[in-house]
This record gives sequence, structure tokens and C-alpha cells, in this order.
Amino acid sequence: MSEGNVGSRLDQWLGSYAARTRGMTASEIRALFAVASRPEVVSLAGGMPNLAALPMDVVGRSLANLVAQNGPVALQYGSGQGDPELRRRILDVMAPNRVSAHPDDIVVTTGSQQALDLVTRIFVDPGDVVLAEAPSYVGALGVFRSYQADVVHVPMDSEGLIPEALSDTLIRLKRAGRKVKLLYTVPNHHNPGGVTLAAHRRPQIVEIARRFGVLILEDDPYGLLGFDGDPLPALHSHDPEGVIYLGSFSKTFAPGFRVGWAVAPHAVREKLVLASESAILCPSSFSQMAVTSYLAEHDWKHQVGLFRELYRERRDAMLQSLSDMLPTSSWTNPQGGFYVWVKVPDGLDTKAMLPRAVTARVAFVPGTAFYADDQGRDHMRLSYCYPSPERIREGVRRLASVIDEELDVQETFGTPGSGQRAGSSVDSPGPDLS
Amino acid sequence: MLSPRVLILAGGLSHEREVSLRSGRRVAEALREAGCQVTVTDVDDQLLDTLRSGQIDVVWPLLHGVSGEDGAVRDVLELVGVPYVGSAPAACRLSWDKSVAKGIVQEAKLATPRFVALPHGIFRELGANRVLGSIVEKLGLPLVVKPARGGSALGASAVRDTAGLPRAMVDCFAYGDVAMVEQRVSGVEVAVTVLDTGSGPVALPPVEIVPDSGFYDYDARYIAGASEFFCPARLSAPALEAVKAAALTAHNAFGLRHVSRTDLIVDESGEPWFLEVNVAPGMTETSLLPLSIEAAGLSAPTVYRQLVERALV
Repeated sequence: MSEGNVGSRLDQWLGSYAARTRGMTASEIRALFAVASRPEVVSLAGGMPNLAALPMDVVGRSLANLVAQNGPVALQYGSGQGDPELRRRILDVMAPNRVSAHPDDIVVTTGSQQALDLVTRIFVDPGDVVLAEAPSYVGALGVFRSYQADVVHVPMDSEGLIPEALSDTLIRLKRAGRKVKLLYTVPNHHNPGGVTLAAHRRPQIVEIARRFGVLILEDDPYGLLGFDGDPLPALHSHDPEGVIYLGSFSKTFAPGFRVGWAVAPHAVREKLVLASESAILCPSSFSQMAVTSYLAEHDWKHQVGLFRELYRERRDAMLQSLSDMLPTSSWTNPQGGFYVWVKVPDGLDTKAMLPRAVTARVAFVPGTAFYADDQGRDHMRLSYCYPSPERIREGVRRLASVIDEELDVQETFGTPGSGQRAGSSVDSPGPDLS
Repeated sequence: MLSPRVLILAGGLSHEREVSLRSGRRVAEALREAGCQVTVTDVDDQLLDTLRSGQIDVVWPLLHGVSGEDGAVRDVLELVGVPYVGSAPAACRLSWDKSVAKGIVQEAKLATPRFVALPHGIFRELGANRVLGSIVEKLGLPLVVKPARGGSALGASAVRDTAGLPRAMVDCFAYGDVAMVEQRVSGVEVAVTVLDTGSGPVALPPVEIVPDSGFYDYDARYIAGASEFFCPARLSAPALEAVKAAALTAHNAFGLRHVSRTDLIVDESGEPWFLEVNVAPGMTETSLLPLSIEAAGLSAPTVYRQLVERALV
């Protein structure tokens, strides 16, 4: 502590942090999510996969066998690119999305989040532009921010990313002399948008990106979790040389293993492997072999079907509840995945409304968390993946009264501007929030 | 007692749950270092069983915000008859509502910024613009808007002009039903910890707070590096003594026990203005109470253990 006139900032390394840490601060909003972990609160905020349908006895036996029979390998370092047997099996997992590749094209990562980090690391210099949907996945925005990218959002509609808007944005950026490095997109069951990129738009998006020389980063954690029909062909299937495809076992098996992957063009893949080795040496051998065993010994496709039904039931409960109880709001109509994107009545600010919701024992993520530029105040993301249908209904009931109260306050004070509450700090909950 | 068994209550359902959990962890660590047996628990339907188990010698409620600082949980501790660190429920109730607290310190002859505390309904019924206009006419600008109950500056805003008032009111009412609008006195912002470990209340060296943003809001409080602290505060010797005396006056006026923290502004003339008093001050890595303990040349584990023993007397 200080003596005399010497002050203290409680962090002796304050002058040493890299510029890229700017914005790595948890906001007041993030602190409010601490309450969401309490059972009294209906959390429609988090995105934790619902593991209730997972056969824990099967997984447990598989893990025990793994250690008993292959312990010396499973507990040892492994290849930087990932276990060859797992990479072969990943081809089967991607087949429904028409991603065809050779096992050598795959880099196994610690969740697809690490793949996002590695791709950004090898392509993005400070000030480069990364295009992302409006809104976009909060975890990707965090990665882009940490590499000091300039995120430019491109509008979506009910059919996903709008090709004309993408083209217009790229023309504008080209005229401004900006270097666009990546187009980041979640084409299936978007987080947080809850929409899917229409089949007819997919080749258009790929063609526009190719024309402007922009690499597509296709993030597809929810591709197998569509409620109706077959999965649409991935963007990767339209141009394997122009797209890096990211997959994950977090939603189709279990996030605790932290196993994801990237499929990338040959030269890119070599750099990804070197970047991954410098970051983590190699992905966990134990986790990879556990996933491999699960895929080999268990009917994983049937299991994904069970997950789909579980999420479909919750999606139905969410949409019905919204329809019954939020007459002044509108929302997307998710056909898969975990999320619905809700537009609240004009003038309401979901970020400012969150404390009132916490008091009412319901939690959501304010729309601002999904933009790099403080848009989204009139939206919120609701997750239906985790709570039971009854809890979802109760949560929406509470939310309806919160919105009514907030409208009452708005009527009293008018529609004030966003004021001083805009900021670059992190407004989203941590990954462990149910 | 060789190794008192301490139950720390941290968490709760208030907006300040995160801060409370952080305070709980820090105090638990320090008490273990001081030789206590410590359990940290949330406030839930298991608590009464735990309190009645006979396995607890003393409770330290480190709950911030509603039910922690409004005296409710302490009422329950009284019902069960378990000793606890900190003030009694009646004193908490007086200090918890900032508008009530200001009335009490005024009676104790402390200066406090002029204010008005109003529920949302009044603005709705009388017209927000008219009421806000009257407030500005009476109190002038700049102003501070904050929930009448609650801490950590959640929902609090500094307002420089009339145009900023509606936003501040909406943000404030998201945290509570009653908003307090207060004159913003310019000067040096200080916090004074008062400890009573057995020989009467003693004021520790005042901590001066200089937030980078100009307003000591939530971020300025809990993001390391967002504020600069000077301890003792860069005040003249008489002003330092005046703020310590003011904190002791507040501590005694409310009938507080064991520990409190009083927040004040010292104006150009050296006069301290009372802002609020906290019966469960923050004990996190960036909180002011641990800073003043260190500045006083004391050790946090020793002081916390003394407070535990004081509660056991």
C-alpha cells in the first residue's frame, strides 16, 4: 500500500499488460450472472448442453476400459495434429453435412474455441477486418478482440447472412482500403440468432467471398442438431479451398472432453498444427481416445437423435411460452440448436433491464454481448437447452412481468439514450452457467 | 478458544452475490491463516440445520445487498442464538436505507449532501419531467442518482446535465423501487474503516479514492487498476482527523458493532460530507477495508481473528 503521496492501483503489473488485453474486463452485467447459478433463478442465459440424455454408465465403462487397457498411451503426450484414429472417425461425423476431407486435413483442437483462436492467430494482424454476422457468437468476438481485429457486422434475416449485404459491405471496405481477412459465420442454428443459412444462399456466400479473396471461417457446432430434415450442405462442401470448417463434440457428446477440430486447406492446416503445438503442444490424448472409444462402441447417431428430441421439446416449450406471454416482442423460429433471439419492444434496453430480471429470478443474455460495437440493446438471447419445459415456461412468465415493469418505467421517463453504459468490457456469462 | 469454528455466509441472491463470494473467499483464507476452522456457505434451505448443528462457534455474515445488509439474516442468527461478527439487525435496518441513514447522521450533526428519495410511482403520477425539474431546481447540478438501498454502486450514475437524468433514473430503478437523487459535492472521496476489537471503536487511516473514470462506479471498484488509492488520504492533518471523527460519529450514531466503513467526501474547506455507511463492507482483493488495515500496519488475519473473538465474548 502507498505511503505519503504514492498511490496504489492494486495491480503492480498494470503498466506491463499487452495492448490486446484492452477490454478483458468483466462488466457489472457479467457479475449479475453469479445469481443465475442459484436454483431459485430460471436461467435462460447459459448455453450449457443438457447431458441428461447421455448414458453415463456407458461413458463410465468406456473411460475405465480406456485407462485399464490403454493408460500408458492415453495419459501420454500425443500428436500435435491429433489422434489419427479420431481424425478418421471425424470424417463420419461430418458426412451428414457433406464435408468431405482426408484425415490429414483435420487438426484436432481443445474445443472448437481453440480452433477459432488458432485461425485468428495465423491470419489476423491488429486492425485487420473480420466480418461477422449481426449478431455473432460472443466467444468468437472475444477471440477477435484479443487479436485486435476490427469486427464489422453483416446483417442477417430469417434465412441467415444476407448475400447482398455481404457484397455491399465488402465493396465499401475495399473502397476504404481495408484489409478483410476472414468471414466468420455460424450457418446452422445460429448462436445467438437461432436462424439457419438457407441452402440457396450458401453458394452465393461462398462465391462472394471467393470474389473478394476472403477466407470463410465456418463454425458448425450445431449442424447435427436440426429438428427436421437432413442437415444442409456445409459451406465447405462448396469450396474446400476457401473455407475452414470447425466442428465440435461439445454439443453432440459432451463439452467436458473439450474436443473440437478444424478442417483446413493443406497449407493452412500446416500452420494451424505449428500454432497449436506452440500453444498447447498437443490436444489431450485422454480426451481424444475417450471420444474415439465412444464413437466406436456406442451408437452415437442414435444418441444425437435423443439430444435432438430433448432440445426440440424445450424449443417447443420456449416458442409456445413466448407466444402466450410476450405479445409485445418478436423472435426467431429456431429449427435446431439452443437459442432464440428475441426483439423486445422499441426503446427497451435489455442490458439496463437485466438487474430487474435478476430480482425477478430470471436471467437472459443482453443483446449487446453479441456485437462488437454496442448494438443489440433491443434484443436478448434466450437459451432453451438446459431448463425443463416447465421451468422454461416459468422463466418466460417472469420475463413477461419484467418487460411490463420496464415498459412502465420507460413510459415514465421516455426513451433515454444509452448514456454512459456503453463499454468494451465483457457482458456475457462464463461457460459454466446453466 | 484455540481454534474457533467460523461459518462464513457468502453469496445470497442479491445483485452483489459475486462481490459477496469474493469477500467470503478472502476472509476465509485469512481466518484459516489465523488458525480458525472455517466453512463458507451460501444462504439456502440448509442454513438453519447448519446453524443448529452445534458445529459452529461463530458466524460471519459477508452478504452484501438485500438480506445481507438489511438485517434480515442477522435476525435469523439472533433467533437461533448463534454469535456473529458485525452489527445487530436494528442497526443494519437504519443504515441500509441511505435516505434513513442520512437523517440519522444529520441528527448527529454530520454534514450530508442534500437529497431526495422517491419511488417510481411518484414520477409516474406527477410527471417525470416536472419532478426532475423540481429536483434540479432545488439541488442543482451535478447530481448522483443511486438506489436508496443497495451497494457496490450498482445502478448509480453521476449526472452532469438535465438530459442525462432520465437514463440515470431508468438504470437506477432497474435495481430498486426507490431512487435517491443527491447533490454531488466536489472534493476528495474517502472511505474510513472503523474497527472495534475489544477496546472501543477505532478509525483506521482513511483511504482516498481516485477513479480513472471520475466516478467510483462498479467497474472502478472491482477492476484492479481502474482506480488509484492513497492511504492515508492526501488531506491535511486536521482534515484527516475530521474524517476519522465523522466515521466514528456515524458508527456510534447507528449503534454499529465490530466493523463498519463510512464513505465520505471532503470538500475544499476540509469539511467531511457523509455519503453512506456499510455494515458489511467489501473484503475483496480490491476493497477498501483490507487496504486500510494494511496501511494501519496491521495484519488482516490477525484483525479478522480478533473480530471473531470479539463476537464470541
